[in-house]
Amino acid sequence: MYRYDEFDATMVAERVRQFRGQVERRLSGDLSEEEFKPLRLMNGLYLQLHAYMLRVAIPYGTLSSAQMRALAEAARKYDKGYAHFTTRQNLQYNWPALVDVPDLLDDLAKVEMHAIQTSGNCIRNVTSDQYAGAAEGEVEDPRIWCEVIRQWSTFHPEFSFLPRKFKIAVTASDHDRAAIKVHDIGLRLHKNDQGEAGFEVIVGGGLGRTPYIGHTIREFLPKRHLLSYLEAILRVYNLQGRRDNAYKARIKILVNATGGDDFAGLVEEEWSKIDKKEIDLPAEEIARIEDYFAPPAFEALSADSEAFEQKRKEDQAFDRWARLNTHAHKAPGYAIVNISLKPISGIPGDATDKEMDAVAAIAEQYSFDEVRVTHEQNLVLPHVRKDNLYTVYKALDAAGLATANIGLVSDIIACPGLDYCSLANTRSIPIAQRISERFADLGQQEDIGELKIKISGCINACGHHHVGHIGILGVDKKGEEFYQITLGGSGAEDASIGEIAGRGLSSDEVVDAVEKLVEFYRQHRQGGERFLDAYRRLGADKFKEALYAAA
Amino acid sequence: MPLLKFSGNRLYPAVEEAKNEVTLDEWRANRFAHADATALVVPNDADISDIGADVSGFSAIILEFPAFKDGRAYSQARLLRERFGFAGEIRARGAVLRDQLFFMKRCGFDAFEFSGPNADAAAGAMHEFSFAYQGAADDYDPVWRRRLSRAAAA
Repeated sequence: MYRYDEFDATMVAERVRQFRGQVERRLSGDLSEEEFKPLRLMNGLYLQLHAYMLRVAIPYGTLSSAQMRALAEAARKYDKGYAHFTTRQNLQYNWPALVDVPDLLDDLAKVEMHAIQTSGNCIRNVTSDQYAGAAEGEVEDPRIWCEVIRQWSTFHPEFSFLPRKFKIAVTASDHDRAAIKVHDIGLRLHKNDQGEAGFEVIVGGGLGRTPYIGHTIREFLPKRHLLSYLEAILRVYNLQGRRDNAYKARIKILVNATGGDDFAGLVEEEWSKIDKKEIDLPAEEIARIEDYFAPPAFEALSADSEAFEQKRKEDQAFDRWARLNTHAHKAPGYAIVNISLKPISGIPGDATDKEMDAVAAIAEQYSFDEVRVTHEQNLVLPHVRKDNLYTVYKALDAAGLATANIGLVSDIIACPGLDYCSLANTRSIPIAQRISERFADLGQQEDIGELKIKISGCINACGHHHVGHIGILGVDKKGEEFYQITLGGSGAEDASIGEIAGRGLSSDEVVDAVEKLVEFYRQHRQGGERFLDAYRRLGADKFKEALYAAA
Repeated sequence: MPLLKFSGNRLYPAVEEAKNEVTLDEWRANRFAHADATALVVPNDADISDIGADVSGFSAIILEFPAFKDGRAYSQARLLRERFGFAGEIRARGAVLRDQLFFMKRCGFDAFEFSGPNADAAAGAMHEFSFAYQGAADDYDPVWRRRLSRAAAA
């Protein structure tokens, strides 16, 4: 894991001091709420329906046990004993008092954490693959480049007042677990024919009101030029992105209005004029950052663990959990463990202080002190010995964290919705809860197989409904909550935007509708095909018919 | 509107100098008629690549922030300083508030028509950060370069 040196530590400490001054000016009345707003929004502090909400950055979703404990402690000390993991691998506190926020940030700074650029029209916290450094088939650890981008983008003087917010995701695997095609910039590290590593640069993807799959503007960018190339993209966007209409201000609108190829031309022209040696990091600095992401000291183990196989035979529930919640690791004898934050009837992504402490303790003992946050609002223990899986499972189960539903129908992404958010039209959380209750039987869920349901409480699409296999969008219809179903979306390497199925459904109808779709799929699936595969094979009309015919 | 200037690593209130201003449109229409202009006012949608090479005769370029959120002039200032080597004054006009001064300075602005409250206290904004991660138009050495020199000295 990256560790701060005195430069990094000083930057964060100075930022907290600066923000403390801004809060003092607000509390003394020197600043009006209107004047304070842009300042707090530079530091992740939103005013929600009922209270302030503070968003804390978890750079590329990686946490140490000490950091997880500090997050738990802050939840106890400054909030109501819980926090919420977001689709951008961040964490949100829903109830901090304004006067406490500088102290909370001081506490987090002690464990190298902050809320810098978690809001505002700037380059946001960079996200990545939650299996980085653990999964097989990676070119290298993508977090090296996430950290390079984190430093370059922090307090970037030219790009802190962009037309709109700006999100970058990085992966180094063919399996896209970071949704890179629906980001402002998606970076895929891969190797060219000469065996050199470089980035495919994808620009202009996004969700929100106007969903787009990104354009590849460069197939291969040598790694060392990443920052100068990003600077060229951001400069073109800063100068030419629309500012007359907030809904048309994201880079996706500029890219699609200009045309992908022409936009690529603008970037290449700007890049050709940039003095690269002033921006691109020298090899020594890249190597310094790289060292922090060296693999932990894995023991030389055989690929199979007898103890593990034996326990699977003895304990059915463990066997199911191992099947669904673990993933192959690159090191023999190790596994990647997913921790579902989607218990049946639970609030997707929420975790209590006790749960966070439990995860911290387990990670410290069994996963080289590391935890990851996923964009699907779950947690990951990246490096667990197979011999220890049963012990880890038991410890998770004791903490209520062993729901075996990763990738299944109850592993739902949901935005905070009208329960918290001032932009929402409808509630999202209760819909997610009711769907998970309807499909509570884990055996049945496993039989249904991979099915990604994503729920947004308004058109801003924070719940990623456009890329849900089944997407649910809340709309306000004359003061009543209605839900529109979209079908066939995907945020993975086979990215696509879901299609609207038909008329909106009432809150009472929506869970039945999901069940109808699932039933139709079960009757018509072939072999091992997923819901999404069946949808793509059979076509939208068949599913729409199943959804509305008997209604 | 107090005028603040940044020089010698400090921000200080400056006496308002009378500039003979000309807008970019006026100047383009007839350069000879504006031969005595000392300051060029450039709107924030103007392409600096078109004019950067021709403006060295002005003692000041005035760039505009119609709203604090509209950050186009940050890019314009960097291009003027870094790509076209403009050495005169670059002045910020419009929504010029305390908490943007540091970013403006880093992009090459050295004069500010300050529009916020408490101009006297604004100088502190220039010194809230000891380091910068990235190079820009000012003389901050980016952190990576400091790390290199520290490693070389060790």
